[in-house]
Amino acid sequence: MSRGSSTLLVMEQHTLSLSGLGRQFGSTRAVDAVNLDIAPGQFVGVIGRSGAGKSTLLRLINRLVDPTEGTIKFGAQEVTALKGRALRQWRRDCAMIFQQFNLVDRLDVLTNVLVGRLADHGLLSSLAMRFTDAERAIAIRALDRLELAPQALQRAGTLSGGQQQRVAIARALVQNPRIMLADEPIASLDPGNATRVMDALRSINRDDGITVLVNLHTLDTARAYCDRIVAMRAGRVMFDGVARQLTDDVVRDIYGSDGLAEFNEAVTSTAARAYVPA
Amino acid sequence: MTTFPLSPAVQAFEAAYAVARRRSRLIWLVSTLVFAVLFMGAALQSDFFKITQVTLADGSRAERWIIPAGLPRLGEYLYKTIPSLSWDTLGSDIAAWFWAWRTWAVLLLETILIAFMATVFGVAGGFLLSFPAARNLSPNPWVLWITRRFLEIARTVPELVWALIFVFSFGIGPMAGVMAIALHAMGALGKLYSEANENIDMRPLDGIKASGGTWAQQIRFGAVPQVLPNIISYTLLRFEINVRSSSIIGYVGAGGLGQEFRTAVSLQEYTDLSALFVIIFVTVMLIDYGSEKLRHRFIGLGLR
Repeated sequence: MSRGSSTLLVMEQHTLSLSGLGRQFGSTRAVDAVNLDIAPGQFVGVIGRSGAGKSTLLRLINRLVDPTEGTIKFGAQEVTALKGRALRQWRRDCAMIFQQFNLVDRLDVLTNVLVGRLADHGLLSSLAMRFTDAERAIAIRALDRLELAPQALQRAGTLSGGQQQRVAIARALVQNPRIMLADEPIASLDPGNATRVMDALRSINRDDGITVLVNLHTLDTARAYCDRIVAMRAGRVMFDGVARQLTDDVVRDIYGSDGLAEFNEAVTSTAARAYVPA
Repeated sequence: MTTFPLSPAVQAFEAAYAVARRRSRLIWLVSTLVFAVLFMGAALQSDFFKITQVTLADGSRAERWIIPAGLPRLGEYLYKTIPSLSWDTLGSDIAAWFWAWRTWAVLLLETILIAFMATVFGVAGGFLLSFPAARNLSPNPWVLWITRRFLEIARTVPELVWALIFVFSFGIGPMAGVMAIALHAMGALGKLYSEANENIDMRPLDGIKASGGTWAQQIRFGAVPQVLPNIISYTLLRFEINVRSSSIIGYVGAGGLGQEFRTAVSLQEYTDLSALFVIIFVTVMLIDYGSEKLRHRFIGLGLR
């Protein structure tokens, strides 16, 4: 497995700071007064029930959604003030992968990965779908790293879900990002593929030094992979700490087990192991 | 069969279901009545119940309902267009029927070329405008509004009216026909393409945007591959329609076979009319057949 290129080593390392970040949709506050500092190289898991604001939080950081209040800073750069070209370069720097992969089914896998290079392309080369040999080399190396080089010329839509998610990770990798945002990357995958995708994210974090911020809805995955766990409820951060601080009481608080006498973590698990009742 | 007492939730459902049924029956009844009244009103307004005078065989006049009165005349007209063909002199009869075939062949070629050029221009314009005219893709509401109104005007004005305007401005000839049909086709195709655009999956575009892609890149990589099969299909269909249009547009001096139609009608050359009809019918049939084959091939291909 190839290490990240040397450019990564000289890349400045900045802290991602969210302060007072909020987003209102109609009358609902999807994200409410979130303050977080994420140090470079961390592997952060964001947990919480559906609708807690996890997706919106990630989309705010990538600026797919604009905040209604608060700021995002990356080092000295104010992300929330970016526009036009600078905004697109920010999006390139914080790559995003999605629950539904968001690939173009009718394009081949290689072109889908090359989409990660578009931020550096002008209008004409984009309209002609032209990429340089060097870019193709980067893309095929990224695919090879995720064991998908043989599928490079296949249409993305013909791949399995797990393969598609790895194509999406390859696309994110060729962006040469500093941060990788993953929005429920394993929610649509079976346990085996979920493990491969999470392992790929871990390798990107450890070997390439890329900060990873991942939304998860399975607690044991969060415990297994994340240096730090942030829990959200109704748009607010309820918990911020390491896995072992996440006690049963805290979990019940986060998920607000309405009427549930007991909360069974194993029910939501996607890990590749059999559940043995106690 | 054992009957269980119905639970309150099921009883509530039964009541709600009965209400919904009554309601939908009432809506059906009222809308059928409204439709029937409107339809009869429209028929009345379009002279469907008119009484007209006819001359009977003995020379006397009588009043008849317009439809049975007109049908014999339709037959009479069509009968006049039938050429006299007989087995013994079939070759020369057909030659006499298509007596002006040299002129007609040239005009037929012109007709097809008008349709072809008009399709190229119409597709180019309609394709480019279909993205700002799609609700989900338009960069802002103003652009959406303006492109939509523009496409509406382009397609609402019939080709013949555009042709009249262009013949007036650019003179008699095929160029006016090309512009007229192209403008109308652009309006129609822009609408169809934009509806195809509105049905695409937006997630790939989100993915491209999240990678730092511009609006144009999202369209090129995310939207175009999704709509391309539809676009090819609509385009070929439009070419067929344009051949039909260009075969009549010469009626107002905009090139193609239409001018011969006009001559034949005004000089009452009935067999010329049928000859021209046969030419157009065969041409359109061949083009329909060919484009259908092509369409199916394109749909099967992995285009991007």
